[in-house]
Amino acid sequence: MVLVYSDDKKITFELLNKGREVAKELGEKLISVIIGKADEKLSQEYISFGADNVFIAETDIDKFKAEEFANYLENIIKDTKSETIIIGSNKNGKELASRLAGRLDVGCIIDCTNIYLKDKKLTSERIVYSGNAISVEQFNSKPAIVTVPSKVFDPLPKDDKRKGDIIKKKFDVKKSASKILKVQEMKSEGVNVEDAEIIVSCGRGFKKKEDIKMVKDLADAIKGKTVGCSRPIAADLKWLSEDHWIGLSGHKVKPKLYIAAGISGQIQHIAGMRDSGIIVAINKDPEALIFKSADYGIVGDLYEILPKLTSAVKEKIG
Amino acid sequence: MNIIVCAKQVIDVSEMKVDPNTKKPILQGVPQKISDIDKNALEEAIKIKEKQGGKITVLTIGPDNAKERIKELLAMGADEGVLVTTPEKYDYYVISNLLASAIKKIGEYDIILCGEASIDMFSGQAGPRLAGLLDIPQITYAQNLVVDKDKVTADRNMGDSAVTTESSFPVLITVTKEINEPRLPSLMQILGAANKPINEITADLLIDGLNPKVEMLELKGVSMERKNIVYKDDIDESISKLVDSLAKEGVLR
Repeated sequence: MVLVYSDDKKITFELLNKGREVAKELGEKLISVIIGKADEKLSQEYISFGADNVFIAETDIDKFKAEEFANYLENIIKDTKSETIIIGSNKNGKELASRLAGRLDVGCIIDCTNIYLKDKKLTSERIVYSGNAISVEQFNSKPAIVTVPSKVFDPLPKDDKRKGDIIKKKFDVKKSASKILKVQEMKSEGVNVEDAEIIVSCGRGFKKKEDIKMVKDLADAIKGKTVGCSRPIAADLKWLSEDHWIGLSGHKVKPKLYIAAGISGQIQHIAGMRDSGIIVAINKDPEALIFKSADYGIVGDLYEILPKLTSAVKEKIG
Repeated sequence: MNIIVCAKQVIDVSEMKVDPNTKKPILQGVPQKISDIDKNALEEAIKIKEKQGGKITVLTIGPDNAKERIKELLAMGADEGVLVTTPEKYDYYVISNLLASAIKKIGEYDIILCGEASIDMFSGQAGPRLAGLLDIPQITYAQNLVVDKDKVTADRNMGDSAVTTESSFPVLITVTKEINEPRLPSLMQILGAANKPINEITADLLIDGLNPKVEMLELKGVSMERKNIVYKDDIDESISKLVDSLAKEGVLR
């Protein structure tokens, strides 16, 4: 069987599409896993998005702990005799898949940007060396565990007529010695850079927090309204919340238009925005790496360019 | 308190060149260094030792020349180094099993510290995988640690939420870059490191016959085909050209 699991249902929908393709080629069933309460509505949604069956490991545990969730998955894999396990690559998913691989002592590949069968063996591609190369890797043994980030695959169109079985089971799993004391939602400005069609981003070239208003003004003018940033702005200076952060450890985006202002173009940042449609760079350093990854660029002081560009854009599109 | 820090020698990705024709990275001759976030893990270990006392062992799986890198870690404040020389073929299955065997050889431990991921591959697999193999609790993406005699409390950055997790020992913790600023050793410390022991073990003496479960078929280049049109002259003129181009591209609505 092919198993799909993510605690983020949007990623699960996407994985079900690819999972279905792999399962079909292997002549196996596609099972979507839920760990938690028996949610019939969600189960039906998973079936509508391509799952043959939904396997619910019923538990009262509501806080994610990789140790316990890995134990559940270990049981489910054995119970369903699954050999291909596809897990959503968010932070929880990555540590879960890695731990599970250690528990089962099997092969695992994190952050696949593609998966397919080659000579009947599960094969994957992933970005390595900060976005400078793609590593093509293949499993020579089973079970095989892969994780896939959001937005790599599109979901199937939802088909409410699809039917499937819902299997419920309880497992007695070992509790972890760790305790979750507190879960606090991160200060978020409700931004979703991953869904944005136009993003204007800022980096170290900005001298103070207030100056980011120039980026917001430009974003508003192009009707993009979405502001992104590089690592220092979110992680070190904390001028913007982390939901703005674009890069290898931040969000990966692919808008139609990406404007990078005052961003030098460290490979870690490029890795997060390289799939954008048109990339525009504004930087005072003509040698800045960002120009190599850009379609259009202006060399100059962003403090002069941004307000002028905002007015020019307003004039153009009215 | 016994602390083991897992550190990986990696190529310095910022020094890596790409072949202009094949677009493939050129890996030969690139300077090597300890993966940045592993240094944060060691720094955190040193801070714990300063408060609680104990011993820090750094564990590296790498080529013979990784000894030089381990010396840097000993200079920073680790007490002892263990170098497992890399087998010919390896994947995370092989690496995590070698780490686990080496750790059993090292003996009693309270905390294993790792970076959240290495800067070359950026999988973040080794740490939690090792915790699974050893069947001990794991705390990932730690941004702040408070270590007491019998437990550790960690603030973790989980992206959309901040999670505080507590665990007894033994525990494996992975840290992020934001947790601290790794110290630079003094000249005295660098000289002193020469007297600290580094135990070298070859992989097949540790466990024989480990074969990878994942094989790399190919390292492909990434083509970043961009127009690279850069306006450098008069700013007003540059802006007007840019706006025209963007309008033609159909991205201005």
